Amino acid sequence: MNDATDSIYREIILEHYKNPKNRGTLDPADFTYEDVNPLCGDEVRIDVRVADGKVSEIRFSGRGCAVSQASASILTEMVEGQSLEDVKSIGKEELFDEIGIPISPARVKCALLGLKVLKAGLYGLDHASDELEDI
Amino acid sequence: MTMTTAVPTFDTASIRADFPILHQARPGKPPLAFLDSAASSQKPQAVIDTLTGYYAETNANIHRGVYDLSERATHAFEQVRRQTAQFLNAASPREIVFVRNTTEAINLVAQAWGRANLQPGDLIVFSTMEHHSNIVPWQLIAEQTGARLGFIGVTGDGRLDLDSFDALMAQEPKLVAITQVSNALGTVNPVKDLAAKAHAAGAVVLVDGAQSVPHMPVDVQDLDCDFLAFSGHKMLGPMGAGVLYGKKALLDTMPPYMGGGSMIRKVTLEKTTWADVPARFEAGTPSVGDVIGFGVALTYLDSIGMANIWQHEMELGGYMLDALRDVPGLHLIGPQDMTDRAGVASFIMDGVHPHDVAAILDEDNVAVRAGHHCAQPVLSALGVHSTTRASVYLYNTQDDVDRLAASLRRAYGIFHPSDR
Repeated sequence: MNDATDSIYREIILEHYKNPKNRGTLDPADFTYEDVNPLCGDEVRIDVRVADGKVSEIRFSGRGCAVSQASASILTEMVEGQSLEDVKSIGKEELFDEIGIPISPARVKCALLGLKVLKAGLYGLDHASDELEDI
Repeated sequence: MTMTTAVPTFDTASIRADFPILHQARPGKPPLAFLDSAASSQKPQAVIDTLTGYYAETNANIHRGVYDLSERATHAFEQVRRQTAQFLNAASPREIVFVRNTTEAINLVAQAWGRANLQPGDLIVFSTMEHHSNIVPWQLIAEQTGARLGFIGVTGDGRLDLDSFDALMAQEPKLVAITQVSNALGTVNPVKDLAAKAHAAGAVVLVDGAQSVPHMPVDVQDLDCDFLAFSGHKMLGPMGAGVLYGKKALLDTMPPYMGGGSMIRKVTLEKTTWADVPARFEAGTPSVGDVIGFGVALTYLDSIGMANIWQHEMELGGYMLDALRDVPGLHLIGPQDMTDRAGVASFIMDGVHPHDVAAILDEDNVAVRAGHHCAQPVLSALGVHSTTRASVYLYNTQDDVDRLAASLRRAYGIFHPSDR
Protein backbone atom coordinates (compact mmCIF):
# COMPACT_ATOMS: atom_id res chain seq x y z
CA MET A 1 0.00 0.00 0.00
CA ASN A 2 2.89 2.30 0.74
CA ASP A 3 6.50 2.49 -0.31
CA ALA A 4 8.41 2.07 2.95
CA THR A 5 11.32 4.20 1.78
CA ASP A 6 9.31 7.41 2.05
CA SER A 7 8.45 6.65 5.65
CA ILE A 8 10.16 8.29 8.59
CA TYR A 9 9.37 5.17 10.62
CA ARG A 10 12.53 3.29 9.85
CA GLU A 11 14.84 1.25 12.03
CA ILE A 12 16.80 4.12 13.57
CA ILE A 13 13.71 6.00 14.76
CA LEU A 14 11.91 2.88 15.97
CA GLU A 15 15.00 1.50 17.72
CA HIS A 16 15.78 4.74 19.57
CA TYR A 17 12.09 5.17 20.46
CA LYS A 18 11.78 1.70 21.96
CA ASN A 19 15.27 1.45 23.44
CA PRO A 20 16.36 5.02 24.05
CA LYS A 21 19.94 5.83 24.98
CA ASN A 22 20.63 7.97 28.05
CA ARG A 23 17.04 8.02 29.19
CA GLY A 24 16.52 9.29 32.74
CA THR A 25 17.48 12.25 34.90
CA LEU A 26 20.61 13.41 36.74
CA ASP A 27 20.52 14.75 40.28
CA PRO A 28 22.45 16.86 40.78
CA ALA A 29 23.06 18.18 37.28
CA ASP A 30 25.05 21.19 36.13
CA PHE A 31 22.15 22.28 34.05
CA THR A 32 18.64 21.08 33.43
CA TYR A 33 16.21 22.39 30.88
CA GLU A 34 12.83 21.31 29.55
CA ASP A 35 10.41 22.56 26.96
CA VAL A 36 7.32 21.46 25.06
CA ASN A 37 6.28 21.51 21.46
CA PRO A 38 2.84 23.07 22.00
CA LEU A 39 1.61 21.83 18.64
CA CYS A 40 1.51 18.18 19.63
CA GLY A 41 2.47 18.29 23.29
CA ASP A 42 5.87 16.65 22.96
CA GLU A 43 7.95 17.20 26.10
CA VAL A 44 11.69 16.83 26.48
CA ARG A 45 13.87 17.48 29.51
CA ILE A 46 17.65 17.25 29.39
CA ASP A 47 20.01 17.04 32.37
CA VAL A 48 23.76 17.57 31.81
CA ARG A 49 26.83 17.16 33.96
CA VAL A 50 29.94 19.04 32.83
CA ALA A 51 33.55 18.11 33.55
CA ASP A 52 36.61 19.80 32.02
CA GLY A 53 34.41 21.86 29.74
CA LYS A 54 32.87 18.72 28.26
CA VAL A 55 29.53 16.96 28.48
CA SER A 56 30.46 14.19 30.89
CA GLU A 57 26.99 12.80 31.43
CA ILE A 58 23.66 13.54 29.78
CA ARG A 59 20.16 12.18 30.28
CA PHE A 60 16.88 13.00 28.63
CA SER A 61 13.31 12.39 29.76
CA GLY A 62 9.89 13.36 28.50
CA ARG A 63 7.12 11.99 26.38
CA GLY A 64 5.91 12.47 22.88
CA CYS A 65 5.99 11.08 19.39
CA ALA A 66 8.64 8.67 18.18
CA VAL A 67 10.39 11.37 16.18
CA SER A 68 10.84 13.73 19.14
CA GLN A 69 11.93 11.05 21.58
CA ALA A 70 14.20 9.17 19.16
CA SER A 71 15.84 12.42 18.04
CA ALA A 72 16.54 13.35 21.65
CA SER A 73 18.07 9.92 22.21
CA ILE A 74 20.26 10.25 19.10
CA LEU A 75 21.29 13.73 20.19
CA THR A 76 22.47 12.58 23.61
CA GLU A 77 24.70 9.99 21.94
CA MET A 78 26.09 12.68 19.62
CA VAL A 79 27.10 15.12 22.32
CA GLU A 80 28.32 12.87 25.10
CA GLY A 81 32.02 13.65 25.63
CA GLN A 82 31.95 16.71 23.36
CA SER A 83 33.14 20.13 24.51
CA LEU A 84 30.42 22.66 25.32
CA GLU A 85 31.76 24.88 22.53
CA ASP A 86 31.33 22.07 20.01
CA VAL A 87 27.84 21.34 21.26
CA LYS A 88 26.90 25.00 20.87
CA SER A 89 27.91 24.82 17.23
CA ILE A 90 25.72 21.82 16.38
CA GLY A 91 23.21 22.83 13.75
CA LYS A 92 19.99 21.15 12.71
CA GLU A 93 21.58 19.73 9.57
CA GLU A 94 24.11 17.85 11.67
CA LEU A 95 21.34 16.29 13.72
CA PHE A 96 19.32 15.49 10.58
CA ASP A 97 22.44 13.86 9.09
CA GLU A 98 22.82 11.76 12.21
CA ILE A 99 19.17 10.69 12.02
CA GLY A 100 19.79 9.93 8.37
CA ILE A 101 16.15 10.09 7.25
CA PRO A 102 14.53 12.98 5.39
CA ILE A 103 12.47 14.93 7.94
CA SER A 104 9.32 16.40 6.43
CA PRO A 105 8.43 20.01 7.33
CA ALA A 106 5.58 18.74 9.52
CA ARG A 107 8.01 16.80 11.71
CA VAL A 108 10.91 19.26 11.91
CA LYS A 109 9.70 20.73 15.20
CA CYS A 110 9.45 17.23 16.69
CA ALA A 111 12.95 16.29 15.50
CA LEU A 112 14.55 19.49 16.78
CA LEU A 113 12.90 19.67 20.20
CA GLY A 114 15.78 17.91 21.97
CA LEU A 115 18.39 20.13 20.32
CA LYS A 116 16.43 23.27 21.24
CA VAL A 117 16.20 22.14 24.84
CA LEU A 118 19.91 21.27 25.02
CA LYS A 119 20.98 24.61 23.54
CA ALA A 120 18.62 26.60 25.71
CA GLY A 121 20.13 24.84 28.73
CA LEU A 122 23.65 25.55 27.49
CA TYR A 123 22.97 29.22 26.96
CA GLY A 124 20.97 29.49 30.17
CA LEU A 125 18.03 30.96 28.32
CA ASP A 126 14.67 31.54 29.89
CA HIS A 127 12.72 30.37 26.92
CA ALA A 128 13.99 28.24 24.09
CA SER A 129 11.34 28.83 21.51
CA ASP A 130 11.96 32.47 20.58
CA GLU A 131 15.71 32.56 20.55
CA LEU A 132 16.23 29.25 18.84
CA GLU A 133 13.40 29.19 16.37
CA ASP A 134 15.83 28.30 13.59
CA ILE A 135 18.56 26.75 15.76
CA MET B 1 -53.90 7.05 -9.15
CA THR B 2 -51.81 8.43 -6.30
CA MET B 3 -48.30 9.62 -6.72
CA THR B 4 -45.80 7.92 -4.49
CA THR B 5 -42.61 9.70 -3.62
CA ALA B 6 -39.66 7.41 -3.28
CA VAL B 7 -37.65 8.00 -0.15
CA PRO B 8 -34.42 9.45 -1.49
CA THR B 9 -31.48 7.24 -0.68
CA PHE B 10 -28.32 8.85 0.54
CA ASP B 11 -26.26 9.10 -2.63
CA THR B 12 -22.69 9.49 -1.42
CA ALA B 13 -21.26 9.01 -4.91
CA SER B 14 -23.09 12.02 -6.31
CA ILE B 15 -22.27 14.05 -3.19
CA ARG B 16 -18.58 13.22 -3.54
CA ALA B 17 -18.67 14.35 -7.15
CA ASP B 18 -19.49 17.86 -5.88
CA PHE B 19 -16.28 18.11 -3.83
CA PRO B 20 -13.28 18.61 -6.12
CA ILE B 21 -10.68 18.33 -3.36
CA LEU B 22 -11.65 14.70 -2.72
CA HIS B 23 -10.53 13.83 -6.24
CA GLN B 24 -7.18 15.56 -6.09
CA ALA B 25 -4.31 13.22 -6.96
CA ARG B 26 -1.31 12.97 -4.65
CA PRO B 27 1.70 11.42 -6.38
CA GLY B 28 2.26 7.81 -5.38
CA LYS B 29 -0.71 7.74 -3.03
CA PRO B 30 -4.20 6.27 -3.08
CA PRO B 31 -7.09 8.77 -3.23
CA LEU B 32 -7.69 11.03 -0.24
CA ALA B 33 -9.67 9.57 2.66
CA PHE B 34 -10.60 12.80 4.44
CA LEU B 35 -11.62 12.08 8.02
CA ASP B 36 -11.02 15.47 9.64
CA SER B 37 -14.26 17.36 9.00
CA ALA B 38 -14.64 18.08 12.70
CA ALA B 39 -11.72 20.48 12.24
CA SER B 40 -12.98 21.94 8.96
CA SER B 41 -15.16 20.50 6.23
CA GLN B 42 -14.41 20.44 2.54
CA LYS B 43 -16.38 22.72 0.19
CA PRO B 44 -18.66 21.78 -2.70
CA GLN B 45 -18.04 23.29 -6.13
CA ALA B 46 -21.17 25.44 -5.75
CA VAL B 47 -19.66 27.23 -2.74
CA ILE B 48 -16.29 27.66 -4.45
CA ASP B 49 -18.00 29.05 -7.56
CA THR B 50 -20.04 31.44 -5.43
CA LEU B 51 -16.90 32.99 -4.00
CA THR B 52 -15.31 33.64 -7.38
CA GLY B 53 -18.67 34.69 -8.78
CA TYR B 54 -19.17 37.15 -5.95
CA TYR B 55 -15.83 38.84 -6.53
CA ALA B 56 -16.29 38.79 -10.31
CA GLU B 57 -19.85 40.08 -10.40
CA THR B 58 -21.20 41.44 -7.11
CA ASN B 59 -18.39 42.75 -4.93
CA ALA B 60 -18.98 46.08 -3.21
CA ASN B 61 -19.20 47.15 0.39
CA ILE B 62 -22.66 46.61 1.76
CA HIS B 63 -25.16 49.01 3.36
CA ARG B 64 -25.50 52.63 2.25
CA GLY B 65 -23.92 52.13 -1.15
CA VAL B 66 -26.40 53.87 -3.45
CA TYR B 67 -25.52 51.97 -6.56
CA ASP B 68 -26.42 48.68 -8.16
CA LEU B 69 -23.45 46.56 -7.04
CA SER B 70 -23.70 47.58 -3.40
CA GLU B 71 -27.44 47.03 -3.39
CA ARG B 72 -27.03 43.56 -4.84
CA ALA B 73 -24.25 42.67 -2.37
CA THR B 74 -26.36 43.97 0.53
CA HIS B 75 -29.38 42.04 -0.65
CA ALA B 76 -27.41 38.80 -1.02
CA PHE B 77 -25.81 39.26 2.41
CA GLU B 78 -29.11 39.97 4.16
CA GLN B 79 -30.76 37.13 2.29
CA VAL B 80 -28.32 34.73 3.99
CA ARG B 81 -29.37 36.18 7.36
CA ARG B 82 -32.98 35.21 6.59
CA GLN B 83 -31.87 31.84 5.29
CA THR B 84 -29.82 31.16 8.44
CA ALA B 85 -32.77 32.09 10.65
CA GLN B 86 -34.90 29.62 8.71
CA PHE B 87 -32.22 26.93 8.91
CA LEU B 88 -32.20 27.21 12.72
CA ASN B 89 -35.93 27.96 13.04
CA ALA B 90 -35.04 31.25 14.74
CA ALA B 91 -37.96 33.57 15.44
CA SER B 92 -36.44 36.42 13.46
CA PRO B 93 -33.47 37.17 11.15
CA ARG B 94 -32.56 39.89 13.65
CA GLU B 95 -31.44 37.10 15.95
CA ILE B 96 -28.63 36.16 13.55
CA VAL B 97 -25.28 37.92 14.02
CA PHE B 98 -22.55 37.19 11.49
CA VAL B 99 -19.11 36.68 12.98
CA ARG B 100 -15.95 34.93 11.81
CA ASN B 101 -16.39 31.69 13.70
CA THR B 102 -17.59 29.96 16.88
CA THR B 103 -14.73 31.40 18.91
CA GLU B 104 -15.66 34.96 17.99
CA ALA B 105 -19.33 34.29 18.72
CA ILE B 106 -18.57 33.03 22.23
CA ASN B 107 -16.16 35.87 22.95
CA LEU B 108 -18.85 38.30 21.82
CA VAL B 109 -21.32 36.91 24.35
CA ALA B 110 -18.73 36.66 27.13
CA GLN B 111 -17.72 40.29 26.68
CA ALA B 112 -20.93 42.03 25.60
CA TRP B 113 -23.35 40.08 27.81
CA GLY B 114 -20.79 39.44 30.57
CA ARG B 115 -19.64 43.01 31.12
CA ALA B 116 -23.24 44.18 31.40
CA ASN B 117 -24.50 41.37 33.61
CA LEU B 118 -21.76 39.81 35.73
CA GLN B 119 -20.99 40.99 39.27
CA PRO B 120 -18.23 39.85 41.62
CA GLY B 121 -19.13 36.42 42.99
CA ASP B 122 -21.56 35.54 40.19
CA LEU B 123 -21.24 31.98 38.92
CA ILE B 124 -20.43 30.99 35.33
CA VAL B 125 -20.79 27.28 34.61
CA PHE B 126 -19.30 25.27 31.76
CA SER B 127 -18.42 21.62 31.34
CA THR B 128 -15.10 19.83 31.48
CA MET B 129 -15.63 18.64 27.89
CA GLU B 130 -15.73 22.12 26.34
CA HIS B 131 -13.44 23.16 23.53
CA HIS B 132 -10.94 25.79 24.71
CA SER B 133 -13.03 28.37 22.85
CA ASN B 134 -15.86 27.74 25.33
CA ILE B 135 -13.51 27.90 28.32
CA VAL B 136 -11.01 30.69 27.83
CA PRO B 137 -13.52 33.48 27.04
CA TRP B 138 -15.27 32.73 30.35
CA GLN B 139 -11.97 32.72 32.24
CA LEU B 140 -11.21 36.14 30.75
CA ILE B 141 -14.56 37.72 31.66
CA ALA B 142 -14.43 36.12 35.12
CA GLU B 143 -11.06 37.77 35.69
CA GLN B 144 -12.44 41.09 34.49
CA THR B 145 -15.64 41.02 36.55
CA GLY B 146 -14.76 38.95 39.61
CA ALA B 147 -17.23 36.24 38.63
CA ARG B 148 -16.58 32.64 39.72
CA LEU B 149 -16.29 29.56 37.51
CA GLY B 150 -17.99 26.20 38.09
CA PHE B 151 -17.30 23.05 36.11
CA ILE B 152 -19.64 20.24 35.14
CA GLY B 153 -17.69 17.01 35.45
CA VAL B 154 -17.48 14.06 33.05
CA THR B 155 -17.87 10.37 33.70
CA GLY B 156 -15.23 7.79 32.79
CA ASP B 157 -16.97 7.03 29.50
CA GLY B 158 -17.01 10.67 28.45
CA ARG B 159 -20.57 11.67 29.40
CA LEU B 160 -21.60 14.71 31.39
CA ASP B 161 -21.82 14.07 35.10
CA LEU B 162 -25.42 15.16 35.57
CA ASP B 163 -25.17 15.07 39.38
CA SER B 164 -22.47 17.73 39.27
CA PHE B 165 -24.67 19.70 36.86
CA ASP B 166 -27.60 19.60 39.28
CA ALA B 167 -25.35 20.61 42.19
CA LEU B 168 -24.14 23.63 40.22
CA MET B 169 -27.71 24.63 39.27
CA ALA B 170 -28.54 24.72 42.98
CA GLN B 171 -26.00 27.55 43.25
CA GLU B 172 -28.05 29.63 40.80
CA PRO B 173 -25.47 30.40 38.12
CA LYS B 174 -25.82 33.48 35.93
CA LEU B 175 -24.73 31.66 32.78
CA VAL B 176 -24.34 28.08 31.61
CA ALA B 177 -22.18 27.41 28.53
CA ILE B 178 -22.29 23.90 27.12
CA THR B 179 -21.40 22.11 23.93
CA GLN B 180 -24.06 20.13 22.11
CA VAL B 181 -21.49 17.70 20.70
CA SER B 182 -17.97 17.24 22.09
CA ASN B 183 -15.36 17.84 19.41
CA ALA B 184 -12.86 15.59 21.21
CA LEU B 185 -15.13 12.65 22.11
CA GLY B 186 -18.23 12.87 19.94
CA THR B 187 -20.53 12.82 22.97
CA VAL B 188 -23.98 14.30 22.24
CA ASN B 189 -25.23 16.21 25.28
CA PRO B 190 -28.93 16.57 26.20
CA VAL B 191 -28.81 20.35 25.81
CA LYS B 192 -32.58 20.77 25.64
CA ASP B 193 -33.01 19.25 29.11
CA LEU B 194 -29.99 21.05 30.45
CA ALA B 195 -31.24 24.39 29.10
CA ALA B 196 -34.60 23.86 30.82
CA LYS B 197 -32.89 23.11 34.14
CA ALA B 198 -30.50 26.04 33.74
CA HIS B 199 -33.39 28.39 32.98
CA ALA B 200 -35.22 27.11 36.04
CA ALA B 201 -32.12 28.05 38.04
CA GLY B 202 -32.22 31.54 36.53
CA ALA B 203 -29.27 31.17 34.16
CA VAL B 204 -28.74 32.32 30.60
CA VAL B 205 -27.74 29.40 28.33
CA LEU B 206 -25.15 29.41 25.57
CA VAL B 207 -24.86 26.31 23.40
CA ASP B 208 -21.67 25.65 21.44
CA GLY B 209 -23.05 24.26 18.19
CA ALA B 210 -19.75 24.01 16.30
CA GLN B 211 -19.98 20.20 16.11
CA SER B 212 -23.77 19.85 16.05
CA VAL B 213 -25.23 22.40 13.61
CA PRO B 214 -23.19 21.02 10.67
CA HIS B 215 -24.38 17.47 11.31
CA MET B 216 -27.89 17.28 12.77
CA PRO B 217 -31.15 19.23 12.65
CA VAL B 218 -30.91 22.01 15.25
CA ASP B 219 -34.00 24.04 16.14
CA VAL B 220 -33.17 26.92 18.48
CA GLN B 221 -36.78 27.41 19.56
CA ASP B 222 -37.09 23.75 20.43
CA LEU B 223 -33.78 23.74 22.33
CA ASP B 224 -34.80 27.05 23.91
CA CYS B 225 -31.16 28.13 24.22
CA ASP B 226 -30.45 31.83 24.62
CA PHE B 227 -27.34 31.79 22.44
CA LEU B 228 -26.02 29.33 19.85
CA ALA B 229 -22.55 29.69 18.35
CA PHE B 230 -21.23 27.87 15.28
CA SER B 231 -18.82 28.14 12.35
CA GLY B 232 -19.70 28.09 8.65
CA HIS B 233 -16.41 26.49 7.66
CA LYS B 234 -17.30 23.25 9.44
CA MET B 235 -20.51 22.99 7.37
CA LEU B 236 -19.30 23.35 3.78
CA GLY B 237 -19.00 27.13 3.94
CA PRO B 238 -15.90 29.29 3.48
CA MET B 239 -13.57 30.05 6.37
CA GLY B 240 -14.43 33.50 7.68
CA ALA B 241 -18.19 33.27 8.16
CA GLY B 242 -19.73 32.08 11.40
CA VAL B 243 -22.92 32.72 13.32
CA LEU B 244 -24.06 33.84 16.70
CA TYR B 245 -27.75 33.20 17.26
CA GLY B 246 -29.15 35.12 20.21
CA LYS B 247 -32.68 35.67 21.46
CA LYS B 248 -33.59 39.18 20.41
CA ALA B 249 -34.79 40.20 23.85
CA LEU B 250 -31.31 39.42 25.20
CA LEU B 251 -29.34 40.88 22.30
CA ASP B 252 -31.35 44.11 22.70
CA THR B 253 -30.03 44.58 26.24
CA MET B 254 -26.38 43.98 25.33
CA PRO B 255 -23.82 46.70 24.69
CA PRO B 256 -21.57 46.39 21.62
CA TYR B 257 -18.63 44.00 21.50
CA MET B 258 -16.47 46.06 19.14
CA GLY B 259 -16.86 49.70 18.20
CA GLY B 260 -16.60 51.03 14.68
CA GLY B 261 -18.57 51.50 11.51
CA SER B 262 -22.02 50.02 10.86
CA MET B 263 -22.82 49.50 14.55
CA ILE B 264 -23.86 53.05 15.40
CA ARG B 265 -27.00 55.11 15.24
CA LYS B 266 -25.43 58.49 15.82
CA VAL B 267 -21.87 59.48 16.63
CA THR B 268 -20.66 62.75 18.10
CA LEU B 269 -17.14 63.16 19.45
CA GLU B 270 -18.37 62.60 22.99
CA LYS B 271 -21.11 60.04 22.69
CA THR B 272 -22.45 57.36 20.42
CA THR B 273 -25.81 55.67 20.37
CA TRP B 274 -25.92 52.11 19.16
CA ALA B 275 -27.56 50.64 16.12
CA ASP B 276 -30.30 48.06 16.58
CA VAL B 277 -29.37 44.38 16.65
CA PRO B 278 -27.83 42.65 14.84
CA ALA B 279 -25.93 45.58 13.27
CA ARG B 280 -24.78 46.64 16.76
CA PHE B 281 -22.58 43.52 16.84
CA GLU B 282 -21.26 43.70 13.29
CA ALA B 283 -18.77 46.57 13.46
CA GLY B 284 -16.67 47.08 10.36
CA THR B 285 -16.88 45.48 6.94
CA PRO B 286 -18.03 41.88 7.34
CA SER B 287 -16.84 38.91 5.28
CA VAL B 288 -19.56 39.54 2.72
CA GLY B 289 -18.37 37.04 0.14
CA ASP B 290 -17.85 34.35 2.79
CA VAL B 291 -21.34 34.90 4.22
CA ILE B 292 -22.86 34.62 0.74
CA GLY B 293 -20.84 31.43 0.20
CA PHE B 294 -22.13 30.18 3.56
CA GLY B 295 -25.67 30.71 2.28
CA VAL B 296 -24.94 28.41 -0.67
CA ALA B 297 -23.56 25.84 1.79
CA LEU B 298 -26.86 26.00 3.70
CA THR B 299 -28.77 25.51 0.44
CA TYR B 300 -26.61 22.49 -0.33
CA LEU B 301 -27.17 20.97 3.13
CA ASP B 302 -30.91 21.64 2.89
CA SER B 303 -31.06 19.96 -0.51
CA ILE B 304 -29.82 16.75 1.12
CA GLY B 305 -31.61 17.27 4.41
CA MET B 306 -30.02 17.54 7.84
CA ALA B 307 -31.95 14.53 9.13
CA ASN B 308 -30.58 12.44 6.25
CA ILE B 309 -27.05 13.68 6.88
CA TRP B 310 -27.36 12.81 10.58
CA GLN B 311 -28.66 9.35 9.77
CA HIS B 312 -25.79 8.75 7.32
CA GLU B 313 -23.28 9.84 9.96
CA MET B 314 -24.88 7.63 12.61
CA GLU B 315 -24.65 4.60 10.32
CA LEU B 316 -21.10 5.37 9.26
CA GLY B 317 -20.12 6.23 12.85
CA GLY B 318 -21.35 2.83 14.01
CA TYR B 319 -19.45 1.17 11.17
CA MET B 320 -16.34 3.10 12.24
CA LEU B 321 -16.62 2.07 15.90
CA ASP B 322 -16.95 -1.58 14.86
CA ALA B 323 -13.92 -1.27 12.56
CA LEU B 324 -11.83 0.42 15.27
CA ARG B 325 -12.70 -2.23 17.84
CA ASP B 326 -11.02 -4.83 15.60
CA VAL B 327 -7.72 -2.94 15.37
CA PRO B 328 -5.08 -4.43 17.71
CA GLY B 329 -3.97 -2.24 20.60
CA LEU B 330 -6.60 0.41 19.94
CA HIS B 331 -8.63 1.99 22.74
CA LEU B 332 -11.58 4.22 22.03
CA ILE B 333 -11.80 7.29 24.31
CA GLY B 334 -15.28 8.50 25.23
CA PRO B 335 -18.66 6.80 24.75
CA GLN B 336 -18.22 3.18 23.67
CA ASP B 337 -21.33 2.87 21.50
CA MET B 338 -23.42 5.06 19.21
CA THR B 339 -25.98 6.03 21.87
CA ASP B 340 -25.99 9.83 22.02
CA ARG B 341 -22.81 9.95 20.02
CA ALA B 342 -21.75 11.65 16.80
CA GLY B 343 -19.53 10.36 13.99
CA VAL B 344 -16.35 11.37 15.79
CA ALA B 345 -13.94 8.75 17.16
CA SER B 346 -11.04 9.61 19.44
CA PHE B 347 -8.63 6.83 20.25
CA ILE B 348 -5.18 5.87 21.48
CA MET B 349 -3.00 2.94 20.40
CA ASP B 350 -0.72 0.95 22.69
CA GLY B 351 2.92 1.89 22.17
CA VAL B 352 2.24 4.37 19.35
CA HIS B 353 1.99 8.09 20.02
CA PRO B 354 -1.09 9.75 18.43
CA HIS B 355 1.13 12.04 16.37
CA ASP B 356 2.89 9.00 14.92
CA VAL B 357 -0.43 7.28 14.23
CA ALA B 358 -1.61 10.31 12.26
CA ALA B 359 1.69 10.57 10.39
CA ILE B 360 1.55 6.91 9.34
CA LEU B 361 -2.08 7.38 8.25
CA ASP B 362 -0.96 10.35 6.18
CA GLU B 363 1.54 8.09 4.40
CA ASP B 364 -1.55 6.17 3.25
CA ASN B 365 -3.35 9.46 2.41
CA VAL B 366 -5.81 9.08 5.28
CA ALA B 367 -6.30 12.51 6.88
CA VAL B 368 -7.04 12.57 10.62
CA ARG B 369 -6.07 14.85 13.49
CA ALA B 370 -3.79 14.16 16.43
CA GLY B 371 -3.29 16.12 19.61
CA HIS B 372 -5.42 17.53 22.39
CA HIS B 373 -8.11 18.87 20.01
CA CYS B 374 -8.22 22.14 21.98
CA ALA B 375 -9.90 20.19 24.77
CA GLN B 376 -7.10 19.54 27.24
CA PRO B 377 -9.32 19.48 30.36
CA VAL B 378 -11.47 16.57 29.19
CA LEU B 379 -8.52 14.52 27.98
CA SER B 380 -6.79 15.09 31.33
CA ALA B 381 -9.99 14.06 33.12
CA LEU B 382 -9.99 10.82 31.12
CA GLY B 383 -6.31 10.23 31.82
CA VAL B 384 -4.85 10.81 28.35
CA HIS B 385 -2.66 13.60 26.99
CA SER B 386 -3.61 13.37 23.36
CA THR B 387 -5.54 11.20 20.98
CA THR B 388 -5.93 10.51 17.29
CA ARG B 389 -9.35 11.60 16.04
CA ALA B 390 -11.28 10.56 12.95
CA SER B 391 -14.53 12.31 12.06
CA VAL B 392 -17.03 11.66 9.29
CA TYR B 393 -19.32 13.87 7.25
CA LEU B 394 -21.81 13.56 4.44
CA TYR B 395 -19.15 12.77 1.81
CA ASN B 396 -17.49 9.92 3.72
CA THR B 397 -17.99 6.26 2.84
CA GLN B 398 -17.39 2.84 4.32
CA ASP B 399 -14.36 2.69 2.04
CA ASP B 400 -12.84 5.67 3.88
CA VAL B 401 -13.36 3.85 7.17
CA ASP B 402 -11.88 0.61 5.77
CA ARG B 403 -8.82 2.59 4.65
CA LEU B 404 -8.57 4.08 8.15
CA ALA B 405 -8.69 0.67 9.80
CA ALA B 406 -6.16 -0.86 7.38
CA SER B 407 -3.72 1.98 7.93
CA LEU B 408 -4.15 1.74 11.71
CA ARG B 409 -3.22 -1.93 11.50
CA ARG B 410 -0.14 -0.97 9.54
CA ALA B 411 0.78 1.60 12.21
CA TYR B 412 0.43 -1.01 14.93
CA GLY B 413 2.54 -3.44 12.90
CA ILE B 414 5.35 -0.90 12.41
CA PHE B 415 5.69 -0.41 16.15
CA HIS B 416 5.00 -4.02 17.11
CA PRO B 417 6.74 -6.06 14.39
CA SER B 418 6.76 -9.26 16.45
CA ASP B 419 2.96 -9.23 16.72
CA ARG B 420 2.50 -9.39 12.96
